[in-house]
Amino acid sequence: MKYLFMLLICLLPTFSYAGEAKDLAEDPVLEQRMVNLAQNLRCLVCQNESLASSRADLAKDLRQEVREKMKQGMTDKEITDFLVSKYGDFVLFDPPVKSYTILLWYGPFALLLIGLIGLVFQLRKRKKTIPETQLSAEQAQRAAALLNTPKDAQT
Amino acid sequence: MMRFWPFLVFVVLAIFLYVGLGLNPHEVPSPLINKPAPAFTRPQLYDPSKTFSSEEMKGQVWLLNVWASWCVSCREEHPVLMALSRKNIVPILGLDYKDKDEDGEAWLRNGGNPYTLVATDADGRVGIDYGVYGVPETYLIDKQGVIRYKQIGAITHENLQKKILPLIAELQAK
Repeated sequence: MKYLFMLLICLLPTFSYAGEAKDLAEDPVLEQRMVNLAQNLRCLVCQNESLASSRADLAKDLRQEVREKMKQGMTDKEITDFLVSKYGDFVLFDPPVKSYTILLWYGPFALLLIGLIGLVFQLRKRKKTIPETQLSAEQAQRAAALLNTPKDAQT
Repeated sequence: MMRFWPFLVFVVLAIFLYVGLGLNPHEVPSPLINKPAPAFTRPQLYDPSKTFSSEEMKGQVWLLNVWASWCVSCREEHPVLMALSRKNIVPILGLDYKDKDEDGEAWLRNGGNPYTLVATDADGRVGIDYGVYGVPETYLIDKQGVIRYKQIGAITHENLQKKILPLIAELQAK
């Protein structure tokens, strides 16, 4: 009896486990839409987290703002544009292609191209500096003999 | 000449990395600079039955300082604001951001009140409109109601002297 009681007490903590996902609104469809959008938005407080996963106060507020804007019938793009107008392109995880982000988007490809061109030049130069030697008949014979030596006869 | 290429590349890379280290990733440039300040009407801290509207400040150069009693850097900034308010150059409007009225009042009682007027933004809505993501933040707004400067983080004596005061003088002369 005593043990049973103790066992029950041990189970108590599992009951106190609740009230976590209060944010989850009454409307699961809207919530899903909000999460999908917020996954591509940056939380400004904990910068490498998305707005969807951040527990910062501001992120909570912004999620609520997004929900309300969705209820008002704004499209995802309109909401994103609203947030960009307040916080700048920084809220987007995917930076848009603009005049000052060209280097960011295409820089790696440019570097790759430069590397490839450099490689081609180097290979050509090497071809010139190390010309292929033509073997004379005697040399060819010796090489063939060396290459064809049976293993046991080598030493 | 060819031998120096790797060295040159290294130097350029080192410069980029060094500059990158000096940048503060928490200073996100605001897209609101040179845009009209979002209009808001909010209850006043000492008398919630009265409201403050940003429209009232049209025709004046003013500072909007977003603060909270729970904000640590605001403590750092507070003496600077006190000194500025004593000079009587510019009205400083406080926006008590996501704070309890009692806490905000207590905070000002203890440290002194540098503000011409304090409005409250309990739910942080005005904050979102202004793109606030960390307190303290301060906006310098001109006579036409356009945001001209945003200070992210605490105002220091140094950037007050070097940036904010000259800009205020310039905007007031217009």
